Amino acid sequence: MTPDYDLAVVGGGPAGVAGALTASLAGLGVVLLDSAARLGGQYFRRPADGFRARRPGALHHGLDRFARQCDRLAAGADVLTGHRVWSIEREGNVLAVRCAQGDREERPRTITARGVLVATGAYDRPLPFPGWDLPGVITAGGAQALLKGDLVVAGSRVVVAGTGPFLLPVAAGLAAAGAHVLGAYEAGGRFGLAAHPFLAAGRAAEALGYGLRLARRRVPYRGRRAVVEAHGDGRLTHVTIARLDRDWRPAGTRTVECDALACGYGFIPRIDLLVQLGCAVRDDHGDPAVVVDAGMRTGVPGVYAAGETTGVGGALLAEVEGRIAGRAAAADLGRRVPPDPVLSRRRDRMAAFARALRQAYPVRPGWQGWLREDTLICRCEEVPLSAVREALELGAADARSVKLLTRAGMGWCQGRMCGYTVGCLARDALPVTRRVIAEPVRLGDLAAWPRPDDDPASPHDGPASPEGRS
Amino acid sequence: MNPAHRLVRADPEPGFEIDVDGQAVPVVPGQSLGAVLHAAGIRSWRTTRSGGRPRGLFCGIGVCFDCLVTVNDVPSLRACQIEARPGDRVTTGRPHADGRTAADQASAGGGGERGDS
Repeated sequence: MTPDYDLAVVGGGPAGVAGALTASLAGLGVVLLDSAARLGGQYFRRPADGFRARRPGALHHGLDRFARQCDRLAAGADVLTGHRVWSIEREGNVLAVRCAQGDREERPRTITARGVLVATGAYDRPLPFPGWDLPGVITAGGAQALLKGDLVVAGSRVVVAGTGPFLLPVAAGLAAAGAHVLGAYEAGGRFGLAAHPFLAAGRAAEALGYGLRLARRRVPYRGRRAVVEAHGDGRLTHVTIARLDRDWRPAGTRTVECDALACGYGFIPRIDLLVQLGCAVRDDHGDPAVVVDAGMRTGVPGVYAAGETTGVGGALLAEVEGRIAGRAAAADLGRRVPPDPVLSRRRDRMAAFARALRQAYPVRPGWQGWLREDTLICRCEEVPLSAVREALELGAADARSVKLLTRAGMGWCQGRMCGYTVGCLARDALPVTRRVIAEPVRLGDLAAWPRPDDDPASPHDGPASPEGRS
Repeated sequence: MNPAHRLVRADPEPGFEIDVDGQAVPVVPGQSLGAVLHAAGIRSWRTTRSGGRPRGLFCGIGVCFDCLVTVNDVPSLRACQIEARPGDRVTTGRPHADGRTAADQASAGGGGERGDS
């Protein structure tokens, strides 16, 4: 059967756009799919067109360059925004990418390709604490998305907390956009970067830049501090900030009045589609990441991965990985694309840097001491710590058993928010959840889907037939 | 001028208003519904099934499902993932000034039909 495209790229962030553009320039027929209305992913999330922003790059590094890549891509490939991919399956000699098109009136659609590049990025890792489900508590990435995409500040008095260098741009961005940022609280050492000579050399200027911007706006940046409790009746009014020891056990505390808390403890790669396809997963400092070779090939023929799906490393590394994947996909389909050793060396260097950064900002086990018996672990199914403890006492020895006994991870988010926590509580090193459906899809749409052997004339169309390639 | 707008030198197109439990809430074209509600100071728009806990935006990028919202009587849409549209009517289940919820009023007034006008 003839596929619609040579390569389908899932995810329109820096990795996906670079991969799609590279493959397209090498002569492949390429389609790029993204769930959002505009390309950019999380890092290059841009204000809606309705804002008519004349300086959209004020909140980003390198937005102009990314925008040029998007323009070039649109000239040589099909770019399908507003397409949420919920499954990729091999069907004979092609890969079938199943998506829902549109943000409310959804239309099922299947696109077939010889190869797929999955560049679906990552999402925030939250850690639970009493009150973390109060409205007004949002993830650090959520606060950034509100600001970059909708020009809305998370609150008027905002506390930023968590771990990792991402807290700096979040705090600086909110302060620049008019929020009173009461402080940025880094649970690890404030000088996690500087403590590592290799890192200090690489990112000193950037860290210093954010430090200066925070200082200018009188935003304190404190190490060994965390928000260990959120308070409020129906919405956030206060947070408790604790001093932490080396292992993040709380010592002294104080309470701060605020109407928003932006909180994040690193990122979790979004690998559902790759796990569905059977790609091997490795332990990347406690998080799952997909195993790839030097050409970003997963072990599954025709399936490539780039960006955060192969290990969290940021936008610059993601772009390089995308380009490598695009070249490999083109070479594997017979285009004359020699390997690029310069690109490979850059990837190695940047990946080593990303590894060092992850090591400089680990999650320490003391956060479990922030929890109380009634603290919700699973927000969706409202499972408190006491229920998880009870399951462990009953003999649950892994995250899956805890889930089956307590329903933690069975709700709407399918364990994306609580999976890490449950894994830690169950001492289950790396629970990898296999999600058959990566995005919600209506039962009616699933039921209406023709099976491959139903009708040979149109085996891949949903109820509405997809447009052909232009 | 909104400092966030000034930061990117925004010159927003003429906006519109949507209805949230009878309250008019302003929208810049293209904004997500979750952002529109959050910007209006509305921090929650549903309650959980067993504990009745209020929920609004949390992850902001479509992963956590905390921000599920009922729009034009269509339930369970992710507020952070859909654009606000002219004519949108958001019902949160919170009582109106007269003590009845929007859902009560909709069922009393023969609601349930999708109203996208």
